[in-house]
Amino acid sequence: MYKVKVYVTLKESVLDPQGSAVKNSLHSLSYNEVEDVRIGKYLELTVKDTENLDQRIKEICEKLLANTVIEDYTYEIEEGVAQ
Amino acid sequence: MKFAVIVFPGSNCDVDMYHAIKDELGEEAVYVRYDEQNLANYDAILLPGGFSYGDYLRGGAIARFAPIMPEVIKAAEAGKPVLGVCNGFQILLEAGLLPGAMKRNKNLKFMCRPVTLRVQNNETMFTSSYEKGDEITIPIAHGEGNYYCDDETLAQLKEEKRIAFTYADNPNGSVEDIAGILNAEGNVLGMMPHPERAVDELLGSADGLNLFKSILRNWRESHVTHA
Repeated sequence: MYKVKVYVTLKESVLDPQGSAVKNSLHSLSYNEVEDVRIGKYLELTVKDTENLDQRIKEICEKLLANTVIEDYTYEIEEGVAQ
Repeated sequence: MKFAVIVFPGSNCDVDMYHAIKDELGEEAVYVRYDEQNLANYDAILLPGGFSYGDYLRGGAIARFAPIMPEVIKAAEAGKPVLGVCNGFQILLEAGLLPGAMKRNKNLKFMCRPVTLRVQNNETMFTSSYEKGDEITIPIAHGEGNYYCDDETLAQLKEEKRIAFTYADNPNGSVEDIAGILNAEGNVLGMMPHPERAVDELLGSADGLNLFKSILRNWRESHVTHA
């Protein structure tokens, strides 16, 4: 079994309304050192041993998990996760 | 004329859409479930608003893979009018039938109120019963209606006159005040405001009815039978 950690974030070029709101809140709490906040999604997939795992995960991300018009994704694959 | 109203799990404007066609336009409307696989008998396809599959991942992302969608794409490719409203618009974007994507509203609020739209292009099968520049009142009801596309796509939309409607007072942060766009062929329209909720003065506005009248008029003009 593998554990796949997928991170989906808005592209750098795309304004993030949620991130802006959280940044403003932090500033109103005087955490002025925070220059920017971007909000994304974190997904954890538990995946059976599969051929072409890397390729399959890419497909999954591009087909469904991320909207590549506005979002980027990264993922990490952890091997040998106990059931 | 026979309209299919596609019903996804979570659609909640399907009844409004049905009412607009059946009772106000006076044409035939049929509910078609998301898991059916044939749209050959319909002249126009309507994707209603709502929260298909709960919008659990993103608006429209899961509905885009519903069993009916290959048929919707086939109908669009065959040149049939396909209208997606609100969540229906999001589904059309996710399906790649229209370019761009939706983000959360700029102010992060769910907004539900009448807004003023401008008819940018009245030379389409969805807008020919309006005058260019008409200001019409149509309600919005969305939390993710902040339309985004890259600069290249935007230039193309403008160049090809594919922006059908804009907001007079942009409520959600959409690029260039965009409220509704067309595909390159002009037979697929996606819009966030709800024309089906503005088909009778009793509802506060009947300005949406002209959109459905336009579809009907275009269909009649292209299906003239010479006796």
